[in-house]
Amino acid sequence: MTRWLQHPPPRGVLLALLAAGLAACFAIEQFGLVDDYVRFVLITFGINIILCVSLNLVNGWMGEFSVGHAGFMALGAYLSACVSVKWLSWGDPLWMFPLAVIGGGLMAGAVGFLLGLLSFKTRGDYLAIITLAFLMIVKSGIENIPYVGGPRGFLGIDNHTTLLWTAVWTVLTLWTIRNLVYSRFGRGIVAVREDEIAANAMGVDTRKAKLTAFVVSSFFGGVAGALFAHQLQFINPSVFDIVKSTEILVMVYLGGVGSLAGSILGATAFTFLSQALQPLGTWRMVILPLILVLLMIFRPRGIMGMREFSWFVPQREFPKKEDKK
Amino acid sequence: MKPLLEVRGVTMRFGGLVALSDLSFDVTPGHAHGIIGPNGAGKTTAFNVITGIYAPTQGDVLFRGESVTGCRPSTIAHRGIARTFQNIRLFRDLTVFDNVRIACDAHARYSWPGAMIQLPSARQAEKETIGRCTDLLEKFGLGNEIHERAGDLPYGSQRRLEIARAMALQPSLLLLDEPAAGMNSAETLNLVEFLGWLRDHFSVTMLLIEHHMQLVMTFCDRITVLDFGKTIAEGTADEVRKNPEVIEAYLGQEDGHE
Ligand SMILES: Nc1ncnc2c1ncn2[C@@H]1O[C@H](COP(=O)(O)OP(=O)(O)OP(=O)(O)O)[C@@H](O)[C@H]1O
Ligand SMILES: [Mg+2]
Repeated sequence: MTRWLQHPPPRGVLLALLAAGLAACFAIEQFGLVDDYVRFVLITFGINIILCVSLNLVNGWMGEFSVGHAGFMALGAYLSACVSVKWLSWGDPLWMFPLAVIGGGLMAGAVGFLLGLLSFKTRGDYLAIITLAFLMIVKSGIENIPYVGGPRGFLGIDNHTTLLWTAVWTVLTLWTIRNLVYSRFGRGIVAVREDEIAANAMGVDTRKAKLTAFVVSSFFGGVAGALFAHQLQFINPSVFDIVKSTEILVMVYLGGVGSLAGSILGATAFTFLSQALQPLGTWRMVILPLILVLLMIFRPRGIMGMREFSWFVPQREFPKKEDKK
Repeated sequence: MKPLLEVRGVTMRFGGLVALSDLSFDVTPGHAHGIIGPNGAGKTTAFNVITGIYAPTQGDVLFRGESVTGCRPSTIAHRGIARTFQNIRLFRDLTVFDNVRIACDAHARYSWPGAMIQLPSARQAEKETIGRCTDLLEKFGLGNEIHERAGDLPYGSQRRLEIARAMALQPSLLLLDEPAAGMNSAETLNLVEFLGWLRDHFSVTMLLIEHHMQLVMTFCDRITVLDFGKTIAEGTADEVRKNPEVIEAYLGQEDGHE
């Protein structure tokens, strides 16, 4: 993983930007600084970042090809909706909503664990097919549960996903995934991608690495789903289909595999591009997969593939000044 | 002295093909033990069984007196057996530093939730790992290449890096699969010196596969000779050299080449 800049820009600037961003999100909510459409797009943007960086863990850093991320979203969306509408609807949103989001993440993470178990023996194209099957099972499973509305969908979810909550979860996702990637577990995940046999022989518990990648990735997929459900206020099984997964794949492979900066870039480009393409209507359905095909042929690693913006690299990774001589 | 590694009656079948039949030998601590034999004799297969990549059809492998048969390769690596591969298997797209660090990570003890929220213990362990890798790479003469992509290194440095990566596990037994492959005679001479340094500096026991006879005969304390999966001789260099079966099966041809 090479870096963009050899020397890190000052950390303080990043923290200041972060604080300013969060303050801006708070102000926008508090004083209604932007109209509903802009607010909606900004929240979508945050959710897309979470989706993109979490899928990137499996598809980028680990080098597998999962098409099931919308399935984890669905699990998170439905479970969190159950929490906020059916189980804890009496609760104060201030603590109840985070609980619902975490619950959605845990639900998705638990199922991600099972999918991780399947990845022990199966790799590559076959694992991709398994994730596709998983996506279909989740969708038709939900359609057959009357408790959550079956095919008609889940109605009456409150709008709890504020811009501030979205920003908090986005930062939390980026921070924890960054920390994971620059730890022995993250390197184990990357080693699995590079050479599984060598990784094993060098003491990497490749099973644990795969489970970690799947659980963390699906947890945050579930978190994104929970935010999504409380943004739209209405969810329906057909929202979480292969098209949704394809959107996330486009973000990952556009921005760059194995890169936090790439994930943010991909989510940015996708979010604003798809708003711009809105007038095209159903033609978007043609353009999206087409972008994916072109990316896979011409730039399979994306714009920032395997490269990182040095702000996101922990300080300890940079050689000390005296070493430079 | 109690053997460090004991291979007991190991047989490895691939369908109808018997790659190893009833292989038995001991490796004494501190020794360099050579495995030689013609192409396809089953040498690499023996390594793959010892390191847990294959579970043997029959037989047992004991390390420090404990069975490691059927253990996962990562477990065996943690117990103290490290290896290199016949066709270099570096993490080519990663930096030299990260190649070594991945092996070094075997000694770090922190949990993944701890890493994700940057517990001080996890950060401390990370810093220690970085220090250890820097020292190790320095020792292996790769200190100036730490940020290069491993796949971009010249061939000789890649071999050296693969050994450095194995040593990052701090193994008590190092398995080298044809370390001199693709080297000319000057480079091979350097390699002998390097292996000697490795053995003395890290006091590591070695098991090595090598086609280069001179290297094996001068460097190894004991030699096992395989042919078609069977052990045809075992002993010191002199004993093996004089063994008529070995001369017929192997050394005869090899001398012809030179
Ligand atoms: N995974 C496998 N499946 C089937 N056959 C195998 C497998 N691995 C090795 N073999 C066979 O086992 C025999 C021994 O192979 P091995 O690689 O151990 O030989 P070797 O002594 O290392 O030879 P070389 O000097 O060419 O490296 C060969 O006939 C090989 O084709
Ligand atoms: Mg071999």
